[in-house]
Amino acid sequence: MSGSGQRLNVVPTITTMGVVKARLVGATKGHQLLKKKSDALTMQFRQILKKIVQAKEEMGEIMKASAFALTEAKYTAGDNIKYIVFENVDTAIIKVRARQENVAGVKLPKFEHFSEAGETKNDLTGLARGGQQIQLCKSAFVKAVEILVELASLQTSFLTLDEAIKTTNRRVNALENVVKPRLENTIQYIKGELDELEREEFFRLKKVQAYKKKEVEKQIAKNKLLLEEESRKDAGHKVDQDGIIGEQEDEDILF
Amino acid sequence: MASVAAQATSRGSSLIAVIADEDTVTGFLLAGVGNVDLRRKTNYLVVDAKTTVKAIEDAFKEFTTREDIAIILISQYVANMIRFMIDSYKNPIPSILEIPSKDHPYDPSQDSILSRVKHMFSSDPTGSTDRV
Repeated sequence: MSGSGQRLNVVPTITTMGVVKARLVGATKGHQLLKKKSDALTMQFRQILKKIVQAKEEMGEIMKASAFALTEAKYTAGDNIKYIVFENVDTAIIKVRARQENVAGVKLPKFEHFSEAGETKNDLTGLARGGQQIQLCKSAFVKAVEILVELASLQTSFLTLDEAIKTTNRRVNALENVVKPRLENTIQYIKGELDELEREEFFRLKKVQAYKKKEVEKQIAKNKLLLEEESRKDAGHKVDQDGIIGEQEDEDILF
Repeated sequence: MASVAAQATSRGSSLIAVIADEDTVTGFLLAGVGNVDLRRKTNYLVVDAKTTVKAIEDAFKEFTTREDIAIILISQYVANMIRFMIDSYKNPIPSILEIPSKDHPYDPSQDSILSRVKHMFSSDPTGSTDRV
């Protein structure tokens, strides 16, 4: 978590900085998009929550009604209809079909119930007596199945969305709290390092310049000395001036 | 998760399984959800006084792993017997639905999904971030 741990391990160059900056831009964009996705999912999630609570309450009513219908059927047709019903089970008439709904890239399964056409053996159940009650009971339970299938798809969407929201939020937080600061720190680090290099370079150039200047001056002085010497050979009265120049020379060298 | 959903769509049609007391199962069979396959395997389980918890667990496991089942209806009092399994069950498909039964009034507070829903509703204004 310390300063050095929070940045990428890169070579501080301008090229790297460009790459890191591009990554930061990408991370920011991704963060924005994910945030939007999370919001959309949460909105959908709230709607589903409301619907689930409603449907659950509705289910209670419907189940009560269908249980009552069954009791009626049993009363009129006799208790042994259940054996007939159990005997007559063959292939399912009511089945569910799953299809997908897309919410912000999350595929939500939706169930649809449908009846497969065909006569059931159960159609003749209760022919002797209580047939009408049995048919009523049957339709009551079909209605219950309808509600239950709807509830099931809501519930599945709920679970899927919950999971999706968790993942999305985790990603949003990871980008916001880990990736982005790290990239920013890296950029900061590279900038600092580049500044440091620039200062060093500047200082070095100064040094070189100073050295060159000194060299040039030395050369000039030498040349002058040679010139003086030559002129001394020519004439003796110029010695005084020579001496003065010589002193000046010395001072320069000392500096 | 998307693969699971894709699987479900590719299957085309799926069944509804029922684990409940005799009357409820009778009702649903009458409605036509019952299915018996070639090996005489049923997609429902009748729970009475003699049914052991082990049998319910096995049926639950079988129904949740079967490919052709999309929804499992389970009576709430039966669900209470194997509550730990239902709470630890996390897959979206097949989805578990707890239904009330005739002899046992429906208690919304015991429903695992509904309790989560309620929990979220109550913690929603403050806790939209603590779900993370």
